[in-house]
Amino acid sequence: MIENMPAPDPRKPSAALDEARLRQQAIGVRLRQMFDEVVNEDVPDEFLEILRRADKTAENG
Amino acid sequence: MSDAPAARPSRSGSDDEGFKRELVQLIPHLRAFARTLCGDPAAADDLAQDAMMKAWDARASFQMGTNMKAWTFMILRNQFYSEKRRSWRQSQLDQEAAERTLVAVDDPEAPVALDELRQGLAMLPAEQREALILVGAGGFAYEEAAEICNCAVGTVKSRVSRARRALHGILESGSYDRDGASAGDAMRAILADAERLSTVR
Repeated sequence: MIENMPAPDPRKPSAALDEARLRQQAIGVRLRQMFDEVVNEDVPDEFLEILRRADKTAENG
Repeated sequence: MSDAPAARPSRSGSDDEGFKRELVQLIPHLRAFARTLCGDPAAADDLAQDAMMKAWDARASFQMGTNMKAWTFMILRNQFYSEKRRSWRQSQLDQEAAERTLVAVDDPEAPVALDELRQGLAMLPAEQREALILVGAGGFAYEEAAEICNCAVGTVKSRVSRARRALHGILESGSYDRDGASAGDAMRAILADAERLSTVR
């Protein structure tokens, strides 16, 4: 009978919550990894070149 | 190089040196943030360079000792949105283009989960994506992210939590556009990779 059936989700609510938290943490780790991948790239020379030129202008100005 | 005498001991000279040193250290972070806004790496570097120069030009208004990272991120973000406003047509195409480039720039060797995370991020509304990136990857406190995005702290908190829920849902259901991958595969891969990473770190 339907009323005698066990709950559809046998896990305790807290276990499900823990799992959701774990998943969010996993996404967080990935997100940081994705961002850090670019942070760890070598900075193209262009950046420093532009800054050097601007610095010269500032000195001479 | 010229053999001109070293920087004159003027007040602004030494201030500029300190400012420049700090700014140079922030370039990798500006590039990473720009990449999440633009998608296309070349456009992102243009944006990061513009922001770097804007910061340099505005150096007199920066108070040394305060958070330069948050300050430069704010400049970069403002630059991004003012460019978008200037080019209405471009902004209309932006979402579509972002999704295309996010897929196009993917390294074929990259782990599957990262690929899917990028695509999942591309599906979020821009304001949720930037809030999640700033707090979840950029290491900013909610208060700093609020300052960068020019909105209330509570707004950032709710955007981040909505973004997390949405991203989780996207990855879980496999509603990103990737042929061959069945629902939940991305989430499983992310969990497996996170486990591996956590043992390494």
